[in-house]
Amino acid sequence: MSTSTETIEQFVNREYQYGFVTDVESDAAPRGLSEDTVRLISRKKGEPEFLLEWRLKAYRYWLTMKEPVWPNVHYPKIDYQNIIYYSAPKQKTDGPKSLDEVDPKLIETYKKLGIPLREQERLAGVAVDAVFDSVSVATTFKGKLGELGIIFCSFSEAVKEHPELIKKYLGSVVPYTDNFFAALNSAVYSDGSFCFIPKGVKCPMELSTYFRINAVDTGQFERTLIVAEEGSTVSYLEGCTAPRRDTNQLHAAVVEIVAMDRAEVKYSTVQNWYPGDEMGRGGIYNFVTKRGLCKGVASKISWTQVETGSAITWKYPSVILKGDQSVGEFYSVALTTNYQQADTGTKMVHIGKNTKSTIISKGISAGRGQNSYRGQVKVMRSASGSRNFSQCDSLLLGDKCGAHTFPYLEVKNTSSTVEHEASTSKIGEDQIFYCRQRGLSTQDAINMIVNGYCKEVFRQLPMEFAVEAQKLLGVSLEGSVG
Amino acid sequence: MLEIKNLHAEVEGKKILKGLNLSIQPGEVHAIMGPNGSGKSTLAQVLAGRNEYDVTEGEVIYNGLDLLEMEPESRARSGVFLAFQYPVEIPGVNSTYFLKAAFNEVRKHRGEPELDALDFLSLVKEKMKVLELPQSLLNRPVNEGFSGGEKKRNEIFQMAVLEPKLAILDETDSGLDIDALRLVAEGVNKLKRPDNSQLIITHYQRLLDYIVPDFVHVLYDGKIIKTGGKLLALDLEERGYDWLLEDYRAQCLNGHPSLAGAK
Ligand SMILES: Nc1ncnc2c1ncn2[C@@H]1O[C@H](COP(=O)(O)OP(=O)(O)OP(=O)(O)O)[C@@H](O)[C@H]1O
Ligand SMILES: [Mg+2]
Repeated sequence: MSTSTETIEQFVNREYQYGFVTDVESDAAPRGLSEDTVRLISRKKGEPEFLLEWRLKAYRYWLTMKEPVWPNVHYPKIDYQNIIYYSAPKQKTDGPKSLDEVDPKLIETYKKLGIPLREQERLAGVAVDAVFDSVSVATTFKGKLGELGIIFCSFSEAVKEHPELIKKYLGSVVPYTDNFFAALNSAVYSDGSFCFIPKGVKCPMELSTYFRINAVDTGQFERTLIVAEEGSTVSYLEGCTAPRRDTNQLHAAVVEIVAMDRAEVKYSTVQNWYPGDEMGRGGIYNFVTKRGLCKGVASKISWTQVETGSAITWKYPSVILKGDQSVGEFYSVALTTNYQQADTGTKMVHIGKNTKSTIISKGISAGRGQNSYRGQVKVMRSASGSRNFSQCDSLLLGDKCGAHTFPYLEVKNTSSTVEHEASTSKIGEDQIFYCRQRGLSTQDAINMIVNGYCKEVFRQLPMEFAVEAQKLLGVSLEGSVG
Repeated sequence: MLEIKNLHAEVEGKKILKGLNLSIQPGEVHAIMGPNGSGKSTLAQVLAGRNEYDVTEGEVIYNGLDLLEMEPESRARSGVFLAFQYPVEIPGVNSTYFLKAAFNEVRKHRGEPELDALDFLSLVKEKMKVLELPQSLLNRPVNEGFSGGEKKRNEIFQMAVLEPKLAILDETDSGLDIDALRLVAEGVNKLKRPDNSQLIITHYQRLLDYIVPDFVHVLYDGKIIKTGGKLLALDLEERGYDWLLEDYRAQCLNGHPSLAGAK
């Protein structure tokens, strides 16, 4: 018994590979938050008046709000006056124009993270927006995408080039009044990605944003907005890492997605922020609001997330199914080890007729990790003939960790069906022994078992990301034959 | 091939094997019978290396190696195969993929090149014919949702692919219908070579009609209390264990418990 449990612990206590720091000069705001901070950020970004006003309204609203206490996570009180709200690597020019103008140190950083921006420029397949602390440092493939009318750029650039789109959609899915962290983000967000797919266009490559926190004691507050017009489709990827530090850092992002008639948006995340050390010191507080609006008929929004990092994760990617026959999906793998805590899940709000949602959540807890699934399915009276299927599984590795499930179901009409299945299992000594009896090492056995357990979710990820996700879980690729 | 000397093993403080002796030569087929709870599966699990079972005394030499010192996976790679009494389900892990990983571990151990997916697949097709196993089972996750009989057949199929030197079959016959029993037995017989051995745990003589053992042992109270040829199994079928147990108890009372394990 003990041998395998020890091995399980070794397996989950892998070193964090992305903990290095890049030595760049940065331009940072002083610590603390006030109206002046908000004005400073807006000025640095050269924003139009309407945005500054919006930020200030959000800030004033935030002052009236209280930090939520309902998530099943525990952390010391955050001192919002001790955070640096803006930090940007110093650059010669105003905003990135081409890769040649980007500081080679930054390019080197992304290369070390496995995101070779220069090579990526040549390799077809994925367009990348690289966000470093508070700003976007490079976006690849802009030209090629531009030919199709696709806009893929940093949020700051979108504010300058397409203010009408920002004005129309910013806050339309997640208003600043939504919750404490969304209000904070709306006041101080500094950058992120913007993506617009025009009517009828199928985006020919994966769009991806890679977020990197580098500076110490800074918060990262990014904002992502994706708009898919009628009949368009796009697959979007998000990756994140941060250096190893003893102090906690706050990351409070907002992602908004709008899908018009028959548009399809697939949003995949591999979240690997620094999780803290084996004693629970340091790590990112990942308090994120992600929501998609299926505005049009038969539109579809699909969230897939693999959450392996962060000291604390608080995140519920949701879909509002407004258009008739619209579809919302949520596929999640959340791994907590050491002292990590995750309270994650989704919200599916059925408003349109014959709307459909699917929730597959796979929690894996190891070490002293605590993993909670929190999911809400709400079927309004108007949503006749709607369907939901939820499946929430928890896998425990070892006996000091925990798994919790909090499903909330609310169905206001009789023609809809809601199905919920849940299971908790311990990684079986018998399973490990069975594999070893066939010649596999314990490590390979655990990899295989965990990988098998997550299969339904990994299957949803784009190929390269699936590989990345499996590696992240210490799982060798399951190139299933036959 | 295998030499078990004075083996004592316990689980959670409970003594189960109490001085077991058994010797198996290459090419031999041994059957072990014995009442429920006598320690048959324990013996199988100890040989395979399950660490819940503590070996408190004795030794096991397998082809010159100290078997009890080896990790379960090294035992498997050097040719020890256990067909489980209760095969384990591994959800989401494709059967063929699983078996290919196992197969390549054995090849690596032998210093042979690993087979790629295509070559492995043709090998699998070959072996599948022998057991008349439906292809669909192999596209499913390991044992997940398999019927009892399918699980048992899958064990023998894995054995056919891995070609072990020492195969231990723990009640592979129970839960099989007549046709499946015949197929499994044929499969096992086809694997028989002058240089490999089989240890077959069973309750029923009928399996031994197909797989003819060189020796039949009766395990009781953690020891082998009787060893005979294949006729012993017929005797047991006819008369049950009582007569043997009475003999054994009588010997115990006289202070001479039979330690005459194998030859
Ligand atoms: N993990 C365990 N914990 C406690 N007792 C155990 C454990 N494993 C086996 N035993 C006990 O050891 C004894 C021998 O069990 P074993 O499974 O070896 O018997 P068996 O001969 O294979 O029986 P059967 O014919 O029913 O399969 C039984 O009394 C059983 O209850
Ligand atoms: Mg048994």
